[in-house]
Amino acid sequence: MNRYPLWKYLTVLVAVLLGLLYTLPNLFGESPAVQVSSAKATVKVDNAMLGRVEDTLSAAGIASTGAHFEQNGTVGTVRVRLASTDEQLKARDLLEKTLNPDPSDPSYTVALNLLPATPQWMSALGAHPMYLGLDLRGGVHFLLQVDMQGALAARYDSLAADVRSTLRDQRVPVGGVERDGLSVVATFADEAARGQALSLLRSRLPDLQFAEREAGNRLQLAGSLSPAAVTSVQDSALKQNITTLHNRINELGVSEPIIQQQGTDRIVVQLPGVQDVAKAKEILGRTATLEIRMVDDSPAAQSALASGSVPFGLERYADRDGRPLLVRRQVVLTGENLQDAQPGRDSQSQQPAVHLTLDSKGARIFRDVTRDNVGKRMAILLFEKGKGEVVTAPVIRGEIPGGQVQISGSMTAEEAADVALLLRAGSLAAPMEIIEERTIGPSLGADNIAKGFDSTLYGFIAIAVFIVLYYHLFGFFSTIGLAFNVLLLLALLSVLQATLTLPGIAAIALTLGMAIDANVLINERIREELRNGAPPQQAIHHGFERAWGTILDSNLTTLIVGLALLAFGTGPIRGFAVVHCLGILTSMFSAVVGVRALANLWYGRKKKLQKLSIGTVWTPTRQ
Amino acid sequence: MEFFRIRRTIPFMRHALVLNVISLVTFLAAVFFIATKGFHLSIEFTGGTVMEVSYPQSAPLDPIRGAVSGLGYSDFQVQNFGTSRDVMIRLPLAQDQNSAAQSDTVLGALKAQDPGVELRRVEFVGPQVGRELVENGLLALLFVVLGIMVYLGFRFEWKFAVAGVIANLHDVVIILGFFAFFQWEFSLSVLAGVLAVLGYSVNESVVIMDRIRENFRKQRKADVREIIDGAITQTISRTIITHGSTQMMVLSMFFFGGPTLHYFSLALTIGIWFGIYSSVFVAAAIAMWLGVKREDLVKPAKKEEGEALP
Repeated sequence: MNRYPLWKYLTVLVAVLLGLLYTLPNLFGESPAVQVSSAKATVKVDNAMLGRVEDTLSAAGIASTGAHFEQNGTVGTVRVRLASTDEQLKARDLLEKTLNPDPSDPSYTVALNLLPATPQWMSALGAHPMYLGLDLRGGVHFLLQVDMQGALAARYDSLAADVRSTLRDQRVPVGGVERDGLSVVATFADEAARGQALSLLRSRLPDLQFAEREAGNRLQLAGSLSPAAVTSVQDSALKQNITTLHNRINELGVSEPIIQQQGTDRIVVQLPGVQDVAKAKEILGRTATLEIRMVDDSPAAQSALASGSVPFGLERYADRDGRPLLVRRQVVLTGENLQDAQPGRDSQSQQPAVHLTLDSKGARIFRDVTRDNVGKRMAILLFEKGKGEVVTAPVIRGEIPGGQVQISGSMTAEEAADVALLLRAGSLAAPMEIIEERTIGPSLGADNIAKGFDSTLYGFIAIAVFIVLYYHLFGFFSTIGLAFNVLLLLALLSVLQATLTLPGIAAIALTLGMAIDANVLINERIREELRNGAPPQQAIHHGFERAWGTILDSNLTTLIVGLALLAFGTGPIRGFAVVHCLGILTSMFSAVVGVRALANLWYGRKKKLQKLSIGTVWTPTRQ
Repeated sequence: MEFFRIRRTIPFMRHALVLNVISLVTFLAAVFFIATKGFHLSIEFTGGTVMEVSYPQSAPLDPIRGAVSGLGYSDFQVQNFGTSRDVMIRLPLAQDQNSAAQSDTVLGALKAQDPGVELRRVEFVGPQVGRELVENGLLALLFVVLGIMVYLGFRFEWKFAVAGVIANLHDVVIILGFFAFFQWEFSLSVLAGVLAVLGYSVNESVVIMDRIRENFRKQRKADVREIIDGAITQTISRTIITHGSTQMMVLSMFFFGGPTLHYFSLALTIGIWFGIYSSVFVAAAIAMWLGVKREDLVKPAKKEEGEALP
């Protein structure tokens, strides 16, 4: 009656083993490491860097215990694990010296870091430790709100320019094209022109939906973005902001920054371990600037460059390959006039190219400048941290009207993508505002871990002592079941790579406090069956069976609450809810299957069982 | 060990009316305090900035207040928490100044006063976030109540669903009443605690309802009141032991969990005690007043009997 088939015992055994395997990584702690990432938007860290770092270290006789390269979006990082903090400092200094020959202008960020010290074979099986939330580890958390109205307005500005240039190109007579709030309005003199414009614009600018309307006695076309196009504008604004944030945060040398989209218009930035909040905020809010200036390639300038002097009115900058250029001080355009930069191909030669979109003011200036300077070079400069660098310096082939600029020639598709990214990365697509900020010092984080752990442990011990005293052997089974429950819960959280926070620890504690309910229900039921005169084996069987319905009902109602918290909760509530929901599932399994397996294993084969060790079964003396 | 040597069924329902009146009075008092005193909401809801700083020696509060008011703040609080070396400073939302500048200038002023001060935590919440939290909190509450009613209605019967939800809302309102009366800080983690109590307390009612249904099936002759008394008597030992165990865990959090878990565990403690009370005396009693009958719960069994009898 109380025997499990072999497969059930095996299921429980496998669950225990898996639980151990995936919980263990949390116990190994962290080992010192050094990480190398790019300090400039123009420098990339890739797989080749991994080899370079390893060679540098082995040449100096510093033994690393593992090195790997990680690509996170557009950002690459090399991390090297080291045996001790001494080695770590040595490796940092060495790499700093080798990779950044000029300390005043570093190309790479070399930072100290801690990596999980999980053994290799465990990582290979996908067993990683849980992430610790900022409240347990210390660091800075920002919630940024992206101003989507700003992004859309900028998009409409550029669309207005598109409409204008399209109509002019096709010689459709138009009175004026303006952005009016969130729409583009074109005014026409007569019905024929409007009809012609409508069919032209519909085919050329599929993103816009046009409607005819009359304002006073003027005939107008009003274009607005389709909902899908609005979504894509917002999406790309958010993506660009995230990319820009990535680039900027990289210079902080933060070990594991989290930069994530939240909802449709928010970005979460978490910087574990960062204490200098002021610097972090300064970096997040900074705008890198982009400038377009003319290059001076005159013979006089060339000879000055060769002799190393810089004539008045010029400045010397290096391009991405380190070749010097003399550039005029006068700024033609700034990044404010650049609306978009996308990699693509030249429509005739199919060569890789970068397509720039300028706003109307930028387009006008650009047309004038290009008309007057055919055959000369113009430089696009990116200023970061007060230092300028020439991103590209193309030759002007002819007058460029309309604000659509194409840079092509002698670049690969990858380079084109890089340049486009650089040009965009300079600025944020839309302004952002910090709407939530949390800073937790490292000492507070350590305190929180200790307090959360202690309170769970003491509570567990108190419950265990009480339950064993009250229910004897069955209490012992329940305690093992409870420990099994913690093990499964921790393993599940580790597998899901959940972030453990203090409310999460509170939820583990509370789950334990509530999980004992299932055990109490079972044990009380068994006692009741015994009290009513059932033989021990039957009492165990009925006890588990009859308690099951109640356990299911009560846990399901609790689960409903957990799911509601998960659906509507934010921040700490969510952390609590995730653990709470998982805990309900693991506690049902451990109490109903795990404890039953123990009871079956112990009592199942005893055919002539007279007495169960379940504490006092008191029967009222019948009168 | 056996704590509960119960010889005969305890007549829980005998004083149901009196106890329900007491419940009603407590409930109304809680509503009264919530309405008149309101909550001491944490900045997560109101928006604003909280800073926690720690000093190497015990910190005199008056110079700190002086330093903060010297920066032009009028509506702020400075208080000790935990130990006398830890100080918590709350600043209201500043219209013209952004969050970054706010905490930096305050810390700068404190550093000028005593260079040993260490920043432990800063939390800034913008006004729009707070509004959303209130909305989401209310939505969560609504969803929980509806979800539980649907589940209980489906699993048991509508009278039990109504009784269960009333009993549990009664618990929640009373916890909120405590927070309003004592002006304890109501934070997000307290909200999580309150909602957890809702689930926990329903859990309790479900165990009793399960027993009531089972007893309706077993004891054909007993009347409704006897059945309910019997069900509560049979489950009372489990009720006390389970809640005792949970309470041990919660007390452990209360004493060792630090300030963050303090009010969370306080909310749970009140919830546990009123949860026991309400499921024993309120939920079953309401189901009784609503006129729960054997036929409501044991329909399928009855049909089978009808076929088997002739």
